[in-house]
Amino acid sequence: MDAIERFRQVVADPKAYARRWKERSGGPIIGTLCTYAPEELILAGGALAYRIVGGSGRTDRSDAHLQSYCCSLVRGALDDALASELDFLDGVIFPHTCDSIQRLSDIWRLNAETGFHLDVVLPVKLTTKSARVYMAAVLAEAKIRLATLLDRPITNADLERAIDTYNAIRTTMARLYALRRKGPGILSGSDMHTIVRASMTMDRSEFLEDLRPLVDSLEGQTGAKNRSGKRIFLSGGVCNLPDLFGVIEAAGGRVVGDDLCTGSRGLTGQIDTSEDPLTAITDRYMRRAICPAKHAGITRRGDELVHQAKACGAQGVIYLFLKFCDPHAFDLPYLKSMLDAAGLPSLLIELEEQTEGRGQLQTRCEAFIEML
Amino acid sequence: MPSDLKPVDAAKDRRKIKSVRRMKEIMTAYYIDAKTASDTGKKVAWITSGGPVEPLIAMDVIPVYPENHGAMIGAAKMGVDLCEKAEAMGYASDLCAYARADIACATEDGGPIGGLPRPDMLICCNNICGTVLKWYEVQARYFGVPLFILDTPFTHTEYSPAANQYVRAQLVEYLSFLETHCGKAFDRDRLTEVGRLSVAGQKLWQAVLHTTTHRPAPMSAFDAFFHLALIVTLRGTQTVVDYYTELLAEMETRVAEGISAVPEERFRLLWDNLPVWYRTRWLAEKFAGHGACLVADTYTSSWCGAMPYLDESDFLGSMAEAYSRIYINLGTDLMADMVVEMVSTYRADGLVIHSNRSCKPYSLGQYDIQRIVQERCGIPSLMIEADMTDARNFSESQIETRIDAFMEMLATGCSPRSRPFP
Repeated sequence: MDAIERFRQVVADPKAYARRWKERSGGPIIGTLCTYAPEELILAGGALAYRIVGGSGRTDRSDAHLQSYCCSLVRGALDDALASELDFLDGVIFPHTCDSIQRLSDIWRLNAETGFHLDVVLPVKLTTKSARVYMAAVLAEAKIRLATLLDRPITNADLERAIDTYNAIRTTMARLYALRRKGPGILSGSDMHTIVRASMTMDRSEFLEDLRPLVDSLEGQTGAKNRSGKRIFLSGGVCNLPDLFGVIEAAGGRVVGDDLCTGSRGLTGQIDTSEDPLTAITDRYMRRAICPAKHAGITRRGDELVHQAKACGAQGVIYLFLKFCDPHAFDLPYLKSMLDAAGLPSLLIELEEQTEGRGQLQTRCEAFIEML
Repeated sequence: MPSDLKPVDAAKDRRKIKSVRRMKEIMTAYYIDAKTASDTGKKVAWITSGGPVEPLIAMDVIPVYPENHGAMIGAAKMGVDLCEKAEAMGYASDLCAYARADIACATEDGGPIGGLPRPDMLICCNNICGTVLKWYEVQARYFGVPLFILDTPFTHTEYSPAANQYVRAQLVEYLSFLETHCGKAFDRDRLTEVGRLSVAGQKLWQAVLHTTTHRPAPMSAFDAFFHLALIVTLRGTQTVVDYYTELLAEMETRVAEGISAVPEERFRLLWDNLPVWYRTRWLAEKFAGHGACLVADTYTSSWCGAMPYLDESDFLGSMAEAYSRIYINLGTDLMADMVVEMVSTYRADGLVIHSNRSCKPYSLGQYDIQRIVQERCGIPSLMIEADMTDARNFSESQIETRIDAFMEMLATGCSPRSRPFP
């Protein structure tokens, strides 16, 4: 079985993978809700970080705790937790993200049975020295707490090994992103999405072992499968709709890059191995691509989006917006005007987890891509 | 002509709070002062409702509150129009109505007072929500003025010493920011004085709210929603201290004379979340019609809830904890603890919860708070789905039916706490 097929199987049923991993390794699994979860600490503690990217499509159990004007990602994730769908977890880590995930953390802690609960209240502001000092203090405390919760020490050597693994994953994924940028036909959009999702689910060493030869072999075939199509950059938050990539491709688009939360965002930034591990991890968190729930200047996301889309040679930008996501909703108008000013046409697609409306989606994508 | 005058309802007239007039005068003078700032050479800072205003007062900067303005827009029933304009600008209709109304209003100087004065700087404290961060980013881009963010980490279960140090460091940065943008040195002695007045104002506000522990209550939460404006906007000034001294005296007189907010108070209810600004009168009359007085609320009490953490002898330092540990910056169960305490303090027979589409950090978690309060206090609760300023999210007939049913349930004594007071 080739690597991509293995990734597809993992992502088709990530929970089954997690259960098998646990059985096989006996190691603990920690659920995380955001790309700001301190994954390097989790790995250093001998645990598997399992990214929860929404639920299974039901909300009847979470409806007793969350109003309908909360995003489907939060409602879905809680529903899964309440339905014991995440019973393989030994704990959850909630980094501070948005208002909804902030409250989800409380509601989860009060109602779900998913092992220990650790809030990592990172700074929201990432522009100052005092925020950096606080970030370092929060990570240092998280390390101590995590070691206690996992009942094992987390040494600098553990951290260094974890950093090496994550650096290697991020470097290799960056190579893959570069390949796609050069020849977008090299990999379908849904396969790219699958690989990123696998990177948030699988045993990180095993993932890296599978990823490296895949990227090596793809590098060998650059140009061979360079299908034509309009070059599209995907922007936004969480995309839990793998079908979307097929829709874009069927409409004649080729995804050449993204800044998604379920995409490149968590894969940006290297950790400096010459520094003290926690300091180096802190520095990366201060520098990496930001989530709109964080502040790194008033036009940082817009600047990054225009820069990345141009660097990818994108002809258009499709913005995936999860309904009820406040941080993204506030940014949309200014991002659109920055894209307009840069001569990049854009299309806004509003998503709700698991609700597809594929026909309409297809029509809109076709109309947009045709116009490019 | 005397014959044309409406007959005077003496009882109703007696129930009217006389300080209202003085309050209106103060707020009018305040807005005139703010709107003429460019003529008088004063600086204007826009600041979030939970933000640290005292350093601005100490620097003679006029603080302006887009949220107070949002409430005025709501009360003037101008929210829908402005929200729709923001939606036409590309802002999703699910975003906070204050933010939408303010963003639209800034572009056209609309609303009940012809818009807010242009800011010289923006001060955003995220102790109330993440929304203000995004909202102030929008305004910083629009006005092209400096933005200071006071990042007050959320307390899920325990207050963290690291967070305290972080906020303390930022308060020092805040003072330098003000020095830079006001072009003068910060006077720490002045801040000590402003801090003293701030604490005095908060104590008085607390005392005013506390008068409703008396049965019958001399005022209701609907009155508190109105009288709140000063402790929010002009905290740290003598004006606030004088006004609340006067208001407190009026409330004490009402208690002594047996003047109640609601004629024949039968039920005492606690309100959770922001007011429904465009329907406060309707709601007040609806509840009063059932003999129910909303004796307290979790919203207006937030402007005196952090007093235990304030230290007049180290006002600047203690602001870090006081501004971080406010009601809405706490974990859901910590909020529930405070509601439970309020139920007991104010001897509430029931809880009315406003599920406010505009405010996720305040509203998500309410179902759990409802359950906890029900379990620990044994009182029933009613949830109303609405919005603080966007009237499109208010269904009068549905809410009326629910209030009537809830009050009927209280009246038939299903609740252990609904017995008439001996």
